[in-house]
Amino acid sequence: MRILLDVNGARVEADVLPRVNLADFLREHLELTGTHVGCEHGVCGACTVRVNGEIVRSCLMLAVQAHGASVQTIEGLSDSGEISDLQAAFRDRNALQCGFCTPGMLMAAQDLLQQQELPDRQRIRQHLSGNYCRCTGYQAIIDAVESTARARAGHAP
Amino acid sequence: MTAASTNLGTLSVLDRPNSYIGKVVPRPNLDRLMQGRGLYVSDIELPRMAHVVFLRSPHAHARIMAIDATAARRMAGVIAIVAGAELATVITPWVGVLSHLKGLKSAPQHAIAIDRACWQGEAVAAIVATSRAVAEDAAELVSVDYEELPVVTDMRTALDPQTPVIHPSLGDNLAFERNLDAGAVDAAFAGSDEVVEAEFIFGRHTGVTLEPRAVVADWNAAEARLTIYQGTQAPHMVQNIAALHLGLEESAVRVVCKDVGGSFGIKVHIYADEMATYALSKLLRRPVKFVADRFESFNTDIHARDHRCWGRIGVKRDGTIMAFEIDDLTGIGPYSMYPRTSAIEANQVVNLVGGPYATKNYRARARVVFQNKNVMCQYRAVGHPIACSVTEGLVDLAAAKIGIDPVEIRRRNLIADDAYPCASPSGLRFELLSHHAALNKLVDMMDYDALRSDQAALRKKGIHRGIGIASFIEVTNPSAAFYGVGGARISSQDGVAVRLDATGSVICQTSITEQGQGSESLTAQIVGSVMGVSMERVRVILGDTDNTPYGGGTWASRGAGIGGEAALQAAKILRRNVLDVAAAILQSSPAELDVVDNAIVNASDGLLRIELRELARIVYFRPDTLPPGIQPELMATRHFVPRQYPFAFTNGVQASWLEVDTDTGFVKLLRHWVVEDCGTIINPQLVDEQIRGGVVQGLGAALFEQCIYDERGQLTNANMADYLVPMSGEMPDIDVGHVVSRTSETELGAKGAGEAGTAGAAAAVANAVNDALRPFGAVMTEIPLTPRLILAALRRI
Repeated sequence: MRILLDVNGARVEADVLPRVNLADFLREHLELTGTHVGCEHGVCGACTVRVNGEIVRSCLMLAVQAHGASVQTIEGLSDSGEISDLQAAFRDRNALQCGFCTPGMLMAAQDLLQQQELPDRQRIRQHLSGNYCRCTGYQAIIDAVESTARARAGHAP
Repeated sequence: MTAASTNLGTLSVLDRPNSYIGKVVPRPNLDRLMQGRGLYVSDIELPRMAHVVFLRSPHAHARIMAIDATAARRMAGVIAIVAGAELATVITPWVGVLSHLKGLKSAPQHAIAIDRACWQGEAVAAIVATSRAVAEDAAELVSVDYEELPVVTDMRTALDPQTPVIHPSLGDNLAFERNLDAGAVDAAFAGSDEVVEAEFIFGRHTGVTLEPRAVVADWNAAEARLTIYQGTQAPHMVQNIAALHLGLEESAVRVVCKDVGGSFGIKVHIYADEMATYALSKLLRRPVKFVADRFESFNTDIHARDHRCWGRIGVKRDGTIMAFEIDDLTGIGPYSMYPRTSAIEANQVVNLVGGPYATKNYRARARVVFQNKNVMCQYRAVGHPIACSVTEGLVDLAAAKIGIDPVEIRRRNLIADDAYPCASPSGLRFELLSHHAALNKLVDMMDYDALRSDQAALRKKGIHRGIGIASFIEVTNPSAAFYGVGGARISSQDGVAVRLDATGSVICQTSITEQGQGSESLTAQIVGSVMGVSMERVRVILGDTDNTPYGGGTWASRGAGIGGEAALQAAKILRRNVLDVAAAILQSSPAELDVVDNAIVNASDGLLRIELRELARIVYFRPDTLPPGIQPELMATRHFVPRQYPFAFTNGVQASWLEVDTDTGFVKLLRHWVVEDCGTIINPQLVDEQIRGGVVQGLGAALFEQCIYDERGQLTNANMADYLVPMSGEMPDIDVGHVVSRTSETELGAKGAGEAGTAGAAAAVANAVNDALRPFGAVMTEIPLTPRLILAALRRI
């Protein structure tokens, strides 16, 4: 099937089989390998991307469902500078080890920070509880998101 | 500090000006990973690359009568369908034994099963196609005629005479047994005022690395060379094994390891499907990619733990621990894993039980049995969580029996901090540990007495909170005693090569590997500090057998302690060589010069003499201007392996504070504390995050994680919806403190920290749950501590 969509600000036209999911489409057709595939059944959150402003599990969405949509991946968010402060906080706090969950984690964290100005730690933990990280134990991630929220709100870190 | 005091001859390299040792500095590789610009094996695409999907046995034990792939072979895009016998013409089978584990036996294992599948998930055929989707479609058209065989699933009956023997040639289902009897155990129990016993049960769980195992094998027939791209912790081990079983020279195999999406011991082994992928590439003369899906991960990534360990402890009324005794039983699946074997965990349990305590009376038996379940092998903190949970569970039971506070009984029995060096009853040699200092620090950090008051006050309101303490010892920096002496070609030494490049930057090649621990960072920190070069000017290369010195890799908490020391020693030589050249250029002497902030300075007054960049320019491009007879050597290599102590033991203690809902059986983790002692701390942040990540893996084992098999050997929860892992919502904040007892075996003084968190977390949680439920008379010695288990113990269900 022919689909037409916007990916990270670029117009993309492609022929895809109906069964191809959005994660595989991004990774294999567009070579946007920053979107990771961890469980392929919507639990781990590694494949989280933004579709029309909402975060979705790209392994649970078909590429054809993204026809006409605007999709943003970690590559797009990185290049636009939208999350550079969040990435800096992750770096300073060592909020990633192997880094495989990180693109999805950043997506989910940015989604929360856009929804709520100063989420408390419990709220951050809740919002990220669909993103599995085996390395960090989460605390450093919570710290980094919390400090970014405070900095964005104009508070001292 | 003045420049005059910075001469390396008189001052430790750890204390140089602008040293990065002991500092929090960001890891150099993070931006790549955060921007989605890493290169994991699953990202790799090569020209002519084919994809392999394995057809796996749906039965735990079955004879393979016939495989019919006729229809599948007709599908467009299918390249080959290969069964075990055909693949065995390319790759030889293996047997996972080590000679120092006396009596350990196993049967030959093939890359793809021949005639018989021994666990649900063992590959019976490989389907190679132009895409994974095509290969998966084709796999559905392959029909296999199985004859189901009797299964051995329960480890408790695996040795019974009426139980079928999985490998008849071995005679029985016993893979390994070890017995130990130290001190005067019977007399010690006889002289005890109280003897308490319990059976501790540990669920089978697995690593659940977020990136599944993945391999791209690229046999270049024209070069007669195999390049393996694999997320592995031990590239040289993979090189050796692949070459051995494909009949190649090691030099004909290159292993490249780029970014790795989590390892934790899961990726330190050689799996049959990985061997099959190497062999398929050679057979088909093209690159072949294998990426496990999550279902395959659960069914084929090594599982761990699955022990039933009976234990007893004898105590005097004054709290003195008189003796420990254990009888451990574990089931490892149908084969001992290769090449590290599946006997190591039970062996570690025997080694480690009672390890923190002074008593010399200890008896142990461990038996390792075969069963028709997925293979079991070394996963983070091998054996430690079992040993710690048994030891610390028994100590708490003894304390409750004689009415002593859990902290107090530990104070009375932990090996004294001034008793070192000393040895454990099982023969472990301790250079320097700090149990009491660690416990004291922990008690301060958690404000133990205040927590006890809170606990008592909340009890009156019907809120049941508990405190659990767990002391532990940890095996780090393993020497050849771990694998080498048993005949495994797994290097225990590591090498580092450093060179000054033509612009005055340092290139550093190390044999340790990076899976997120911070190997790259700690290497750059050490080399930068010793060289007097800023970290941004140190580039670290790792994970490539063609381009690094030979070495073990990163596992068993060895990267910092062994690879770090090699880096330190190599950098010292390069620094000396640089000063020799500088002295020649500047008509000075090396003793009068130093390297600080990327430049040669006067040792006496810190005056800038020549930038490293300029020195390098002269050496590489204008050597004609150097004095006669000078041949600069701006590259240096050093290797290191521990020789004095087989292992650098570390120690620590953890505490858990939690609340048990006695109506629902749910456990809410409120806070967790760890004090550990890994010797010299190279980067406090990296150490703390190793500890935290390790703790959470232990918390997963304590509360959630379990591979649930039915009686037919079917894994019933092989997905992430049914196999529960710790997520951020349930995890507590974890406070980490340190005591520093350096190892004097190295100049760096670093020991490992990778296992500490996982070693004691489950024991602390189990002790806390029991503490919370003590008024109810409920005692639980099984993990995971599910709500069902807790409600059953409370007799609510």
